[in-house]
Amino acid sequence: MKKTLSVAACLFIASPSFAGAYRLALQGQKALGMGHTGVAITESAEVVFFNPAGMAFLSTDFNITGGTTLVSSETLYQSEASNTASKTDNPIGTPLNLYLTKKYNKQFSYGLGLYTPYGNAVEWEKNWPGSHLVNNIELKAIFIQPTISFQFNEQLSIGFGPTYVNGLVEFNRNLSTSLADSNGQRSNVTIEASNIDAWGYNAGLLAKPGEKITLGLSYRSKINLKAKNESADFRNVPTSMTTIFPDTSFSADLILPAELTLGLSYNFNDTTLAFDFNRTFWSEYENLNVSFNNSAGTSLNPRNYKDSNAWRFGIQHKINDWFIRGGLYLDKTPVKNGYYTPETARNDSLGLTAGASYEVSKKLELDFSFFYLHLDEFEGSYDFYEQSGTLTAFKGQYKTSAIGLGAGFNYKI
Amino acid sequence: MTSEKNKQLRLAFISVFCFGLPACENEFDHPISEINYHSGSTDLSTYISVGDSLTAGFADGALYRSGQESSFPAILAQQFSQVGGGEFIQPLTRDNLGGLLINGQTDYEHFPTRLVFNGTSQSPEPISGIPSTEVLSNTLTGYFNNMGVPGAKSFHLISPGYGNADGLALEKSNPYFVRFASSAEARIVDDAIAQQSSFFTLWIGNNDILSYATDGGTGVDQNKENNVDPETYASKDITHPALFQQTYQGLVSALLASGGKGVLINIPDISLIPYFTTVPYNPVPLDESTAGKLNAAYTDYNDVIQDALANNLITDKEASVRTIHFSAGQNAVVIKDEALTDFGAPLIRQTSSTDLLLLPVSSKIGTAKDNEPTQIWGLSLALDDADVLTPTEISTIETARSAYNNTIRQAAEADENLRLVDSEILLKNVQAGFSYGTGLVDAKYASGGAFSLDGIHLTARGNAIVANTIIAEINTGFGAKLPSVDPGAYTTIFIK
Repeated sequence: MKKTLSVAACLFIASPSFAGAYRLALQGQKALGMGHTGVAITESAEVVFFNPAGMAFLSTDFNITGGTTLVSSETLYQSEASNTASKTDNPIGTPLNLYLTKKYNKQFSYGLGLYTPYGNAVEWEKNWPGSHLVNNIELKAIFIQPTISFQFNEQLSIGFGPTYVNGLVEFNRNLSTSLADSNGQRSNVTIEASNIDAWGYNAGLLAKPGEKITLGLSYRSKINLKAKNESADFRNVPTSMTTIFPDTSFSADLILPAELTLGLSYNFNDTTLAFDFNRTFWSEYENLNVSFNNSAGTSLNPRNYKDSNAWRFGIQHKINDWFIRGGLYLDKTPVKNGYYTPETARNDSLGLTAGASYEVSKKLELDFSFFYLHLDEFEGSYDFYEQSGTLTAFKGQYKTSAIGLGAGFNYKI
Repeated sequence: MTSEKNKQLRLAFISVFCFGLPACENEFDHPISEINYHSGSTDLSTYISVGDSLTAGFADGALYRSGQESSFPAILAQQFSQVGGGEFIQPLTRDNLGGLLINGQTDYEHFPTRLVFNGTSQSPEPISGIPSTEVLSNTLTGYFNNMGVPGAKSFHLISPGYGNADGLALEKSNPYFVRFASSAEARIVDDAIAQQSSFFTLWIGNNDILSYATDGGTGVDQNKENNVDPETYASKDITHPALFQQTYQGLVSALLASGGKGVLINIPDISLIPYFTTVPYNPVPLDESTAGKLNAAYTDYNDVIQDALANNLITDKEASVRTIHFSAGQNAVVIKDEALTDFGAPLIRQTSSTDLLLLPVSSKIGTAKDNEPTQIWGLSLALDDADVLTPTEISTIETARSAYNNTIRQAAEADENLRLVDSEILLKNVQAGFSYGTGLVDAKYASGGAFSLDGIHLTARGNAIVANTIIAEINTGFGAKLPSVDPGAYTTIFIK
């Protein structure tokens, strides 16, 4: 039967994909308490991330702030049509950040930011119904950002910092909806790339047209993590196919999209109100192409994301030694209908946040934050999985939420 | 952090910061785990499945344990158990190799081990090992809910002695039924009705045409012979539709006698089954020079055909059909066809798109008979009648099938306790590419996922789709709400 079946092998292997992970909005304890606003707030070294131009407007010469958030997230999947359900068992995420700034003279400030905005992982139950799309994905990246800021006058400043990014990605999925070895163990591939370098930048503009009003603008550039000849490990491939699918290497580009933020804050008495608008340029994320150096070849995985907006609102009030904060935000999904892959099965989300700081002394504050991210349940479908040359859908209902608790410190002289 | 810690932390966060409010819980408004399933007007407490290899869970050319465990009746019974269904006992084989031992002896020709796909050679091969399922010395006792017997035709279900070990040598009985018949003379239908089913499925009649089809139409069409005596039938014959009708009506009323309900499943078209569709009619690639040599070898033969035309022994059309010609590119193969006019010349022609070459012929075409280099099957030597179904044979099969399906439809319509599942619609959907929500199957051999490596029987995933179709019919027909299964959770073919 050789001749008629020679195409069979390649049909078993559908193209592996990898993930469009997304940034967790958890880059500062004070900001998080206020709905993760901050482009027009100049109260702590968190400005290094939120708006480098704000460094110049900090009232103290030296500022250092840092913290971490424990994040627990979970996605549920179910399909009534096929009477099946599954859920993720994600490890606790612990994004970290540390920022410091120093005034050089009246006009110049410099600073440094270290942060891990992509420290998230998604782990579905092994061999769950969507295991041909993803079993687990982990993306970690540390951003290092030396930054300078220049103040033109009492009303206007600019800031800029190149970002050095060092990331790792690990992704596993089953090779098809059925392929298994002779013991029934599903064949799968893990692609793993670590120590990938990339560069980007973070730039900002800040204006204080009046005593009470601050306006901010920041732009974080796109970052392209290029994995070249990294390891692809094919597991549980049937014995008679191991020569066709040996362990090999792969190359792929993973795009972390650019983001523009506009915002304002308003101060009166002991109260601050803040409003931020983010636009994330996800439309650059059209495809995820992974090329393998074996018979699996190059896989093309359409994503076709769209640019997405988030609206953030926060409030802070000072009472004696305490700052009390609250916030909420609406974050629209970048995923179009028909493109919901289970590694990023996210709908529009509503975030509710709260926070507090305690002034231990004039120099030291302890910061706390809490957030709850609610995503409405939705029917999602990924319609571009290719099997035997036919596109087929993976669909079902998804429900996601995330919850987190953070703590940090802020020290200033 | 471990998942347990994750869960604890999550709970702690929710209870402290959301004050235990339910809005903070991550759950669906309508979790499928809370759907209220019920059996409607059916009583699914005692389910009996009656039929042939498709009911038994036969796959990959063998009956083996995991295939039986994912037979469509076993999948149905597992779903029924959520709405009052009782125990479902199957005559399980002893291993996952398949094949039978008869009196300790293997018989790989008739009862081979199951097929696995060799990814290197890109072809199926029997898994190695010695079967351990003994037919004679280890017969099973008690009754079995799954009364599917591989190889059974309609009239076998009412044949006394079909489970009698003494009949094996004469091919009067069936070793699969010998294993679990309640007594030597018990009929399959007797053992089925003895269990007083509250619900049954009946899928029979496939082999009444299929054994003729898989043998390339070499058997007798008993319809044409007007013969309704099954005692005189050979195994490759087509059952007379009148015999089928009489048998089927008797079966249905016997199965309904216990006052239950049932689902009848009809007979699919062979053109939807990869055994008949995998090998194209023009499977042989040739270069110019090889084609020329072959044409030269057929010069004399083609002259004889032209003479016959000149002498009005055959029509223009037949002369053209019988002229053998090869060219560079994909070529049709040479076959025997007894329907051609017999005037002394070889009864051969090249295949056309209306012929169906059978799956096993793919390993025969292009090989030399008896290592004789001038005797190449399908090129310099015509393939056997048994290797191909010609349009005449296909229409013979279709005539019988459509008569059987009329009988089945009429039976279903005659009683409100019966519903019909149309396997033809189901397999047409599969052929077109059937998306079941989490993935897709189609009817391509080996890679399609619906058909096992024998090219005829379904995979576990294919059986799950059959089970879902029956569940859907029970839901609409009997006002039930039964859960379907995820076909993606079931296996397809096995690769070495």
